[in-house]
Amino acid sequence: MAVIERERPVVDRPPPAPRRNYPKWARRAPLLPALIFLIIVTQLPFVATLVISFMKWNSLDPANRGFAGFDNYVNVFTDPDLRSSVVNTIVLTASVVLISLALGLGLALLLDKKFKGRGFVRTMLIAPFLVVPVAAALIWKHVLYNPEYGLFNGILNWLGFDAQPDWISTMPMSAVVLSLVWQWTPFMMLILLAGLQSKPIEPVEAATIDGASSFQIFRYLTFPHLRQYLELGGLLGSIYIVQNFDAVFTITSGGLGTANLPYMIYQTFYQAHEYGEASAAGVIVVAGSILIATFALRTVSSLFKEEKR
Amino acid sequence: MNPQWIKHGWGVLAWFFGLVFFAPVAWMFLTSLHSESDAATNPPSIAAPLTLDGYAEFFDAGAWPPLINSFSASIGSTIIVLLLAIPAAYALSIKPVEKWTDVLFFFLSTKMMPVVAALLPIYLIAQFSGMLDNISFLTLLYCSMNLPIAVWLMRSFLAEVPKEILEAASIDGAGLVTTLRRVVAPIAMPGIAATALICFIFSWNELLFARVLTGVVAGTAPVYLTGFVTSQGLFLAKVCAAAVVVSLPVLIAGFAAQDKLVQGLSLGAVK
Repeated sequence: MAVIERERPVVDRPPPAPRRNYPKWARRAPLLPALIFLIIVTQLPFVATLVISFMKWNSLDPANRGFAGFDNYVNVFTDPDLRSSVVNTIVLTASVVLISLALGLGLALLLDKKFKGRGFVRTMLIAPFLVVPVAAALIWKHVLYNPEYGLFNGILNWLGFDAQPDWISTMPMSAVVLSLVWQWTPFMMLILLAGLQSKPIEPVEAATIDGASSFQIFRYLTFPHLRQYLELGGLLGSIYIVQNFDAVFTITSGGLGTANLPYMIYQTFYQAHEYGEASAAGVIVVAGSILIATFALRTVSSLFKEEKR
Repeated sequence: MNPQWIKHGWGVLAWFFGLVFFAPVAWMFLTSLHSESDAATNPPSIAAPLTLDGYAEFFDAGAWPPLINSFSASIGSTIIVLLLAIPAAYALSIKPVEKWTDVLFFFLSTKMMPVVAALLPIYLIAQFSGMLDNISFLTLLYCSMNLPIAVWLMRSFLAEVPKEILEAASIDGAGLVTTLRRVVAPIAMPGIAATALICFIFSWNELLFARVLTGVVAGTAPVYLTGFVTSQGLFLAKVCAAAVVVSLPVLIAGFAAQDKLVQGLSLGAVK
């Protein structure tokens, strides 16, 4: 998995170091501890996962351990629960990323304008992202969604509505998505705001003088500049949310058809003790992530090139 | 339409959304200060008298050990990560090795792999080496989780040290230690602080590894919080107090370093 295709940055070599010729090992020495540590802790377990994925191994039945060929993969692909967890992962990731990107874009555009208390509003908007994820999920589950004394139904009651829906059981997936959108919109907003504020001002001024409407300025100047930041936010968001465990674990405990792949793998290995199948599912997740990661690395790499210029 | 009016309109809209997004956080704070019976009313009792009972109950129920575990895993891993990442970043920016971009992107690629795929082998290693429910083992894992981010961040900060100054120092006869101490460190210090903050936040928030690898002894604060997942009855003030206490270090760190937050989360791609 270490070999991931990407565009090679073109302008990446710094000028050769001044005169004093360092021996190669002296240059490499400071790098090695970090590199070796990372290879041992992150790469070797993946190799182990790959090996175990071809084994028959249930820890409750240790005598029956052996080679399984592709059985685990066949099981993973034919197990309806695991298949639905793949679908759930895609639905969850796509909806959270798209909705929070759209909201984040709107908020970033608002915060890019000058108004009283802008810094304070920005601080308020960042707050959801800084609540510890498990804590945030608990607050949504118990304090906001609870059908009897949750804030949402409290507000409905207050406004004089009779309806007191049980949010989590009637719309479990939306409940998880909403809580994650709340946490991730600030992240998208921060990235897009940084993009907006790095936008050169002269073309906009020139366009204004030439009589361009604010929609035209957004469509032809702001948006193209923002595109790479939108991509970056979307891809980083995908990488973090594909792996989401906290919200699913806390809000629905994987029930009501919301179990995503990380939760499913956790359950297969931690509760069902099916080590082989859990590993096969893990390998599939890695394969999927490599797809996303390839695009992500490309985006980061292009921003990286720009910075070097 | 009057442009002045529009301008105010945008501000009002921004304030509106700011308040909407902040409302759950504000409500969490307020509920944590209510008594259990006031916390569980419908409609909500906003003006109920304030009390610290929720916090007292949270701390009486054995909250200190998990908090201390979280602090030692987060601070310990942050220190180790910095010790590994700063020399590595040096070898990727100031005195770069050959093919340094490839190395840099290798670091990043490890961050894109889902941790859940490595969960089982890591669990087995912990089991066979007797390191289950051991906070040192978790600390090491958090190091590997944060090392790529730290290397990327530190590299982008060290790359800001102007080459001319380094050359001038070398011409003036400054040795490696002097150069690092007097030239590089002052410029890199804010970057080191930002990197430390990001690593701290990520370790502090982590749940999956902690949940699988720790138990009664080494359980961290997020693991402690999962005890509330299936709670029923009168516990809202307590759960809010717990959420506030556990989130407080991150809220403080995050607000203190708002600008560095974006840079860290985008792995240094956004300045």
